[in-house]
Amino acid sequence: MLESSVVQKVLGAALRSGGEWAEVFVEDRRTSRGRLDDGRIEDMSSMRDRGAGIRVVVGETTGFAHTADLSEDGLRTAAEAASAVARSGGGGVKEVALTQQSQPQINTVKVLPESVEKAAKVAILKRANDAARGAGGAITQVSAAYGDTRRRILVANSDGLLATDDQVRTNFNVVATASGDTGMQTGYNSTGFTVGWELFDDIDIEEFARVAAQRAITKLRARPAPSGPVPVVLAKGSGGVMFHEACGHGLEADAVQKNMTVYAGRKGEQVASPLVTLVDDGTMGPEWGSFSIDDEGRPATRNVLIENGVLTDYMYDFLRARKEGRPTSSGNGRRQAYDMLPMVRMTNTYVLAGEEDPDEILRQTPNGVYIAHLGGGQVNTATGDFVFGIEEAYLIENGAITEPIREANLIGNGPETLKNIDAVGNDFAMGSPGMCGKMGQSVPVGDGQPTLRVTALTVGGTAA
Amino acid sequence: MSELLDIASKVAGWARDGEQVEAYVARSNSTAVRIFDAEIESLSSSQSEGIAVRVVHDGRLGFAYAGSLDTDVLEETLNEARDNAVFAEADEWVGLPEPDGVTPADINLWRDSLQSVPTERKIELALELEKKLRATDPRIMTVPVAAYSDGWAEEAIASSLGVSAWQRGTQCGLSTYCVAVENGDTQTGFGFSFGREHADLELDKAVSDAAARATRLLGATKPKSRRMPVILDPMVTDDFLSVIGYPLTGEALVKGRSLFANRVGESVGSPVVTLVSDPTDATSMAADPIDAEGLASRRVPLIDKGVLTGFVHNSYTARRAGTKSTGSAVRSLKTAPGVGCRAITLEPGTKSQAELMAELGEGVLVLSVSGLHSGVNPVSGDFSTGADGVMFRDGQPAEPVREFTISSTLQRMLGDVTAVGNDVEQLPSGLSMSVAIGDVSVSGE
Repeated sequence: MLESSVVQKVLGAALRSGGEWAEVFVEDRRTSRGRLDDGRIEDMSSMRDRGAGIRVVVGETTGFAHTADLSEDGLRTAAEAASAVARSGGGGVKEVALTQQSQPQINTVKVLPESVEKAAKVAILKRANDAARGAGGAITQVSAAYGDTRRRILVANSDGLLATDDQVRTNFNVVATASGDTGMQTGYNSTGFTVGWELFDDIDIEEFARVAAQRAITKLRARPAPSGPVPVVLAKGSGGVMFHEACGHGLEADAVQKNMTVYAGRKGEQVASPLVTLVDDGTMGPEWGSFSIDDEGRPATRNVLIENGVLTDYMYDFLRARKEGRPTSSGNGRRQAYDMLPMVRMTNTYVLAGEEDPDEILRQTPNGVYIAHLGGGQVNTATGDFVFGIEEAYLIENGAITEPIREANLIGNGPETLKNIDAVGNDFAMGSPGMCGKMGQSVPVGDGQPTLRVTALTVGGTAA
Repeated sequence: MSELLDIASKVAGWARDGEQVEAYVARSNSTAVRIFDAEIESLSSSQSEGIAVRVVHDGRLGFAYAGSLDTDVLEETLNEARDNAVFAEADEWVGLPEPDGVTPADINLWRDSLQSVPTERKIELALELEKKLRATDPRIMTVPVAAYSDGWAEEAIASSLGVSAWQRGTQCGLSTYCVAVENGDTQTGFGFSFGREHADLELDKAVSDAAARATRLLGATKPKSRRMPVILDPMVTDDFLSVIGYPLTGEALVKGRSLFANRVGESVGSPVVTLVSDPTDATSMAADPIDAEGLASRRVPLIDKGVLTGFVHNSYTARRAGTKSTGSAVRSLKTAPGVGCRAITLEPGTKSQAELMAELGEGVLVLSVSGLHSGVNPVSGDFSTGADGVMFRDGQPAEPVREFTISSTLQRMLGDVTAVGNDVEQLPSGLSMSVAIGDVSVSGE
């Protein structure tokens, strides 16, 4: 993407006024999207962004600037702006020698999306529309969206690191609206992986669209959700987002070091039910949150965060690892784009399978709520209070799944919820692709879990 | 007039016969300072620019964006949009807007004074913000975020149909977030102040809001589950308005996703509800003289004393609904324009928040909500969010409460509004005030 001799010169310029450490991050991103709505392909879009972000660190302070001008002059100007924080020191000339890092390739892309005709992408959207509309007379509206992104990055820093990655993601979703006597309801289905066009080799488009339609139709007869605390059973792959919110964010070292999480200072302590082992894993093949290197050039890593309920470690980016004298980050330094600073972010976060029969967990739950699919959520890491939306759920009555319930939020407290997990199934599935937002930046993340039960979560419904 | 408008006009001028071309060109510049523990944590300077092109050919729309204004990029982006249009499907209502002769409101969003503020002063303000917040209450243990940011943005829109618009604006702001601890209980609070220049900034208000929000909730418990009246704090009203806006858009209307379809002229809310989208109100931080298609912004009445009066439209939804654009196109640089309730707000009532409490007697004052976008379905109207706040009894504030949800439907909430407050607050997204709602499900214990 850039000559390493140019990158070396830019790093040298960044350190000239006294910076202790400097980094150049170059990104070239192409995105293409297609959207069908109301029976018609209404939006075909292409987006291109290319630029470099430069960081200079002095003590605890980071200077940052970015540019879309990748000429040597453009980069040098950005380097000087970033190094303005280091004005005090006389650094003199610093030589940086770069060595290309070798790293494991996490995933191989078979068919680059840019090599696929737009007509083929359009055809998939139409097939999804036809199938969803064919799923039942109650379906009154359908939208379907396709997206692919190719993101090539180069990271180099004054420690001599030079690393590159070519990250491809492809995703697809369908939203169906059903109308009935009770008003309108929506049903959603989505998929996404760090793969190319071969994503569609493994998907039955028609069946995928019918699932979205069926979800909307089912909700037409949904009862109001209960109001108050109830036992909750999460189907496998339905709600890894709960762990992402309930504890994942609280285990990010930037929050820990600022003492703004309930998990600060609790390494080695029992923070969850002994049934819970939580892992964050950027190496997980084609999953949505995977990559070969993070946005600081660190190879993806599998990190055990909670083992049998005991807090084993936090997640780190470069700066947070440096502050604690750790030799490296945990491969969790990520950024949305070249024009933003990296910070500690999750990758694919999941709970390992346990030993119980999932059917038995359900049978032993006299009443409660069965979650088939959770939506997005958020957490206040300082208090541990979290919330997430229920997209598809059912009542459990006498140990069996009965009626569907309408959408509502589920709320709880992270540390309490982790302790209240009293059954973990021997099954496992990853969930839908997610976009995790933190301080204005959004990055792709994955989540997963086995079937499991929480003794009580508060459901925010309107039923008496 | 401006280099950006020249670029936009040049690209629009490349339209071929039978083709409509619109170029949206934007440039922005910003500085951000973050302080932690009396040290500069980061100092960022940012310059961005880019172009977004829409091409309409035979009723087909194509879109492309690029984060650069280099000449070869302009051509490449236009060609990419042209190519995308080939694969879209024809629609008789698709097309760019014709100039409609409406003159943009005379609103100046630009302040020269912001350009002359030295970086040292910006750092000083952020340092002062953190220092004052730490000193304001001994229960404040940590200030994880104390930040100053400012910047300017300039945009130009030109089309082959003769639209030509340009505008620019400045903005600056202070924002902070603190953690308060007492008797083993932890709570958090945020505070901010935004404006167009430094004279608008109220540092002390950002400090006192953050401290009050965090300390006011210390010792909070879960309330009992039951139905009760609630009062939404202005910030929460703003969240609520952000979701009620969708079914009032022409997009929801023409695509059969609006719960207000076919109800113009009917009562959809309590008689105290008068709702408008008004980006021409210069006192609002959401003020903007032009919309995302370059048409003049205008005041759009949505609900008048409980009666539905209309929808917001961009040029596409208006054409399809058989009406005229209300100048309500919205967009980011990287996406094609959509339609939205810009600067949506309620007409203020006559009572303060304390008077609203006195009137209702007993209920919960909701200070913040979470999970709004996962717990609210704007198509069905189902509404359920996490919340915290303060109970009130006999019209007086009582104990703080947390970790509960408030649930209803958008339709019912509009009908159950008993009063709108007069406590108008300037928020980054526009003007907002307290709202009293008579009957909502509260789920806690």
